[in-house]
Amino acid sequence: MSELQTTPSPEIRLKENISKKPETMTKIFWEKFSKNKLAILGAVILFIIIMSAVFAPLIAPYPQEQQSLLDKYKAPGLEHLMGTDKFGRDIFSRILYGARVSLLVGFASVVGSILIGTVLGALAGYFRGIVDAVIMRVVDIVLSIPDIFLLITLVTIFKPGVDKLILIFCLTGWTTTARLVRGEFLSLRSREYVLAAKTIGTKTHKIIFSHILPNALGPIIVSATLKVGSVILAESALSYLGFGIQPPIASWGNMLQDAQNFTVMIQAWWYPLFPGLFILMTVLCFNFVGDGLRDALDPKNIK
Amino acid sequence: MTAANQETILELRDVKKYFPIRSGLFQRKVGDVKAVDGVSFSLKKGETLGIVGESGCGKSTAGRTMIRLYKPTEGQILFKGQDISNLSEEKLRKSVRKNIQMVFQDPFASLNPRKTLRSIIKEPFNTHNMYTMRERNEKVEELLARVGLHPSFAGRYPHEFSGGQRQRIGIARALTLNPELIIADEPVSALDVSIQAQVINLMEELQEEFNLTYLFISHDLSVVRHISDRVGVMYLGKMMELTGKHELYDNPLHPYTQALLSSVPVTRKRGSVKRERIVLKGELPSPANPPKGCVFHTRCPVAKPICKEQIPEFKEAAPSHFVACHLYS
Repeated sequence: MSELQTTPSPEIRLKENISKKPETMTKIFWEKFSKNKLAILGAVILFIIIMSAVFAPLIAPYPQEQQSLLDKYKAPGLEHLMGTDKFGRDIFSRILYGARVSLLVGFASVVGSILIGTVLGALAGYFRGIVDAVIMRVVDIVLSIPDIFLLITLVTIFKPGVDKLILIFCLTGWTTTARLVRGEFLSLRSREYVLAAKTIGTKTHKIIFSHILPNALGPIIVSATLKVGSVILAESALSYLGFGIQPPIASWGNMLQDAQNFTVMIQAWWYPLFPGLFILMTVLCFNFVGDGLRDALDPKNIK
Repeated sequence: MTAANQETILELRDVKKYFPIRSGLFQRKVGDVKAVDGVSFSLKKGETLGIVGESGCGKSTAGRTMIRLYKPTEGQILFKGQDISNLSEEKLRKSVRKNIQMVFQDPFASLNPRKTLRSIIKEPFNTHNMYTMRERNEKVEELLARVGLHPSFAGRYPHEFSGGQRQRIGIARALTLNPELIIADEPVSALDVSIQAQVINLMEELQEEFNLTYLFISHDLSVVRHISDRVGVMYLGKMMELTGKHELYDNPLHPYTQALLSSVPVTRKRGSVKRERIVLKGELPSPANPPKGCVFHTRCPVAKPICKEQIPEFKEAAPSHFVACHLYS
């Protein structure tokens, strides 16, 4: 039987393969990600925004709360790069400090909700049955309440603040992740490599966290990236409505709220423009990076 | 490789595996898919038992039930005399998992794409806490070399390998714990014919070297004929016929086996007698609603009235030739 070989024997293949450097997952990932120009652009801009938020005290020309009533509504110029607001505060400095709030709320809430959602989704998808039914009904209930109303209600009960906002976004944001992870687990749990791990006697927690989860990580990371954008938007919306970060602490949302007066919008166009622009740019960049990650992490693309 | 009078390593007694069909808001059970419906046989140490049947006949489910990936609905599975059909996962890990291993059908799905060969093959050692770190790595390289792969491949990921190479990796993983019984669930049906031969030859070598017992599940009659000592034929969750391979291929008793064998294309010398092809009418009935009596009666060319009424017993019609058919009772 073995004499009739049309394809190279393993020994021949071996020589072909051995000269090639091993392709690691990271290398494949970078190759694909770097092909997506928009994603790279988004990542670069995000990196700049994040860095300037981290080093805000060093970069900002003025303290965020420093008022100077003589300088109010100054147009952008050399002294004030993005102009000043109704109290004569420097908008550029406030945007830098606002970025800290927006990004902190964005990242922290997403990390929190991804953790909750992943654990619950993994349990539901792996164990199915009653565990699944209970968790998913809770998800349905949380999802059936409109987010913004729930947020407003919660914010009126607790006093608004960065920590409360993060907590609230965690408590409302985990549901979609849970659904996503559950779906991934449902399809991955019956893969043959999972069955193989079972026949070896691998313990359940190891199967969940070391066999299934790494393979579900792609979609989780992608959804996390996209989520950061949407949380930043939600925070801006809440702050805009006056339920979010309270002045004088700057956030992009409450800066927009300050500028919502029509005359201000006409006469001091820079006041609403720059916070709005930064929200738009940040969210857009997160979406670009998310799309890039989705393509690069899709296991179906690994030949 | 004949294994007469050897000790029995695995015995199935009327094993059934039903999957519940649920529907509606409250997931009420509305029926069962009778994937395996009362299968009994025994497997002797060192032999290779082939199981053949159409897709959907329950042969894979039977294999997965034997290795206790599924809990049997009814019946007993005796591994070396110990009933493992009701053991908890904890007890299975201690006593059975090391001794029964499985080789899977799809070499592209059976290896975790996020793990290197080293960690795939090493995992059983980690789970069962065997050897030191260094010994584990040495063992991995040894095993890779044994299945015909270069030890330097250990740091690579499965996607860098071809189907045949991946199946070798799967075999290496199954061998790590030094098992006595390997359940091979269609191990070569996803491979090219030339690669099939290589993998089959490797499995035969390993059987001799490690004194393995194989349960070889396949739908390919010629592969089964090549590797098996005895062959069992399954249809709709039931064993129809079970006997030595020569007896089965030369003298099939059950009408289903006869039909199955006649469907294998053969090359024929000019002028030789044309073999009659038995074409089965109809489709494979649904295992959720199997026919009453003999499950094969709806398609059987020689069905009698009794076949619709009574389930034929699976019994010895000739010496060590078991068949479930009313024609022989």
